[in-house]
Amino acid sequence: MARTADALLEEIHGPSPAQLLRRRVFGHQGLLIGGGVLAVLFVVAVLAPYLAPHDPYAQDLLARMRPPVFLGGDWDHPLGTDHLGRDYLSRLIYGAQVSLLIGSVAAVISGLIGTAMGVAAGYFGGRVDMAVTFLVNVRLAMPVVLVALAVVALFGGSLQVVILVLGLLLWDRFAVVMRASTRQVRSREYVTAARAIGCSTARVVLSEIMPNIVNNLIVVATLEMAHAILLEAALSFLGLGVQPPTPSWGLMIAEGKQMMLFEPWLVTIPGVALFALVLAINLLGDGLRDVTAPENRN
Amino acid sequence: MLVFILKRLGLAALVAVTVSAISFSLLFLAGDPATALAGEQATDVDIEAIRRLYGFDRPVLVQYWDWLAKALQGDFGESYYFKLPVADLVLQRLSITMTLGVCGISFALLTAVPLGVIAAIRPNSLIDRLALLLSVMGQAMPSFWFGLMLIVIFSIQLGWLPPSGTKTWVHFIMPTVVLGYYAMPAIMRLTRAGMLEVLASDYIRTARAKGAGEGRVLFKHALRNAIIPVVSLAAVQMGFMLGGSIVVESIFALHGAGYLAWESIGRNDLPTVQALILIFSMFYIVFTFLSDVVNAWLDPRMRAG
Repeated sequence: MARTADALLEEIHGPSPAQLLRRRVFGHQGLLIGGGVLAVLFVVAVLAPYLAPHDPYAQDLLARMRPPVFLGGDWDHPLGTDHLGRDYLSRLIYGAQVSLLIGSVAAVISGLIGTAMGVAAGYFGGRVDMAVTFLVNVRLAMPVVLVALAVVALFGGSLQVVILVLGLLLWDRFAVVMRASTRQVRSREYVTAARAIGCSTARVVLSEIMPNIVNNLIVVATLEMAHAILLEAALSFLGLGVQPPTPSWGLMIAEGKQMMLFEPWLVTIPGVALFALVLAINLLGDGLRDVTAPENRN
Repeated sequence: MLVFILKRLGLAALVAVTVSAISFSLLFLAGDPATALAGEQATDVDIEAIRRLYGFDRPVLVQYWDWLAKALQGDFGESYYFKLPVADLVLQRLSITMTLGVCGISFALLTAVPLGVIAAIRPNSLIDRLALLLSVMGQAMPSFWFGLMLIVIFSIQLGWLPPSGTKTWVHFIMPTVVLGYYAMPAIMRLTRAGMLEVLASDYIRTARAKGAGEGRVLFKHALRNAIIPVVSLAAVQMGFMLGGSIVVESIFALHGAGYLAWESIGRNDLPTVQALILIFSMFYIVFTFLSDVVNAWLDPRMRAG
């Protein structure tokens, strides 16, 4: 009976944590599909200048509203052209850049704010906790879409403004989840031990608490990224987000809406792209939660 | 119980005041409101006159206090665009938004709760998986796109439903579905989780052991307990929904409060926008307050926290 050394080692020691994690990851369909689709869209966004067949801003008024290939168009414009004769596929590809950029930067900003608030509330408790809980309540009471629209309208719609507004609005879930996770971890022996040997607060938080709650942070970050992408699309659709001629998917749907009666594909195509991206991120987030949840570690 | 209500009421009031301060300060984020109001051809004298007319020359805190005191009496000032009292405008439009909100949450509850119960009775069955799939898809679907797709299918291609307007109840079908589906996944997941937990508990085993019928066990014993957290979630969702109706109202051209908000933002009509932000926030605050009180009444353990 020929056994490899690895298999023998595994029989003696049992699988290592890394191996267990790998098994959980590769055994989870949703995680693989979500991660795969997201990876593909990410590559598409990064390589947009090489992948896009045309300039997404180039107008060709003689070639307006060409249908996509599957509706009888030609391969010069695989997904047809819009009302200004711009290549729809190229705009779709550059739109992935806009969505991913806004989603990830907004998630990072709100993640920093929410994590700082949540960890402080969970670690210090008492008045800090009360203040943070109060701020979260205030934030939840404000209608997000309405406030975002109003602020974007005041400062003018640009990529930076939209990112900043979403980043400053979407920190509530980070704060809630980080507070709860910090409270759980804070009373563990290793935190008490670190404090007993005289570690500074910063060190206890950064090297004892953070590593143990970072999995929850990543899960919330994916969900909030999806949330930010959906909100950006909604704002742009309402005309108070990213401004034309930027190829934002929400904006493409708004522009296609005018011609929806005759050319419904103008609305369907960017919508499907948006749906696929958000679905992929949500699947990835749910999957990450499943594989990193302690109760599944057997 | 009374102490709990008073404490909770205090918190709600404090949140309300903070939100009002934030929505008031929006006015000053925009730069000088008098210059904006006067228009492009205005002279310095005009601007100064408008500043005095609207009271922008007073200290900010005084203006805020004045605005808040009037708002508490239901006076939100005059709309810059319509030149009408904001309160009348909003009141006139609010009935559509409220109708939509009630329909939306009813639709979500009527579809999500049965699905959640069935999914919990037969975990990992086809229906359970289908419900899960539906909720995952639902969370990823942009509501404005969903609305447009419904219009394409049911108004343009099939011609069954009117694409916009509010004349009859038929006009409300698609907006209700679009507004309601967003709340469905969360309600369904919570119902399912609650039912699973309750069904595994001792008193359900007791009920079955004493020979109660399956229907009686499920509805009289299990659902009654599992539904408590769902009620409070539904209250919170209702608050979110009213705030989110702005998207739905703009797609289906329902001239409710959300539509008014969208128009007013486009027209820089700040008194109207401020009032609407405040009113939508108040709805959320009232709904969450009521749901907390109901929960504390149903479950004495809640009162301690």
